[in-house]
Amino acid sequence: MFFLAALGALGGAVGVVALRNPFYGVLALIVHLFSLAVLFLLLTAAFVAAAQVVVYAGAVMVLYVFVVAYVGGSEEPTFDPIPGQRFLAPLMGAALFIELSIAVLGSSLLAFETHGHDVGPGFGNPAGIGKLLLESFLLPFEASSILLLLAAVGAIVLAGRRDTPGIGMGAEVGSSKHSSEAPAERFEDPSTSPSPAGGAPS
Amino acid sequence: MNIEWYVVLSSLLFAVGAMGILLRRSPIVILLCLELMLNAGNLALVAFSKMVGNQQGQVFAIVVMVVAACEVVVGLGLIVAIFRRKLPLDVDLLRELKG
Repeated sequence: MFFLAALGALGGAVGVVALRNPFYGVLALIVHLFSLAVLFLLLTAAFVAAAQVVVYAGAVMVLYVFVVAYVGGSEEPTFDPIPGQRFLAPLMGAALFIELSIAVLGSSLLAFETHGHDVGPGFGNPAGIGKLLLESFLLPFEASSILLLLAAVGAIVLAGRRDTPGIGMGAEVGSSKHSSEAPAERFEDPSTSPSPAGGAPS
Repeated sequence: MNIEWYVVLSSLLFAVGAMGILLRRSPIVILLCLELMLNAGNLALVAFSKMVGNQQGQVFAIVVMVVAACEVVVGLGLIVAIFRRKLPLDVDLLRELKG
């Protein structure tokens, strides 16, 4: 079971790197994430596996698919802007892997050779994780919620549609102020002018 | 299965992700490779959590997931903004900030 899931995870990772179309890369990453969820289940981390499937393979990958469909899966050019990049990058990757393996396996932790700690049936279930999150790790929990909020606001600011390019944020603020001051005028506006973007009174 | 297998697999996945970041030039694929690296870190965290017999590593993995979601949201927002301005989606051509 481990080798099956490890093969899936590795194949997905190589597929992300090697596939030329970004859409197929996203699909390969979904395979990778599901295999990682299986590995998490083998490590008795049920809640992390469920969150992996629901949050990552569900929500985040849908976001990726939408953006790839919006931007359009553009093929990359095949020429190298940096000479030798195509050969140096795998070399660097192999060197990193060897270095990490030496660092990890050379640390001579005796627990590496075991199957891990013998844990009870409740290890890694949502109750235990939630208890830890709300008792020992309350501050990181709140900080991550604030981080999520900031990321959502930042994404809206970055990707939000601006009706008048070049003016930017000022136009949005101005139009929203106008519309809040005169809601009746804004309400009548689409009937008088056929343009759909007519939020601000001209 | 011994813990070392998981850790070696995690470092292999991390190296593959780093290689992808070095190799690819589309910002979307670079974000995907960042996901690979973060997930490799998650796998190592969960494996060490099992090794020690403590659930705190899994809490760390969930926090890493939150950070990855934030990074994806901001990165995809940037990509959409770049696309809207009709700039090329190629990190080697987007070099206005290069000194």
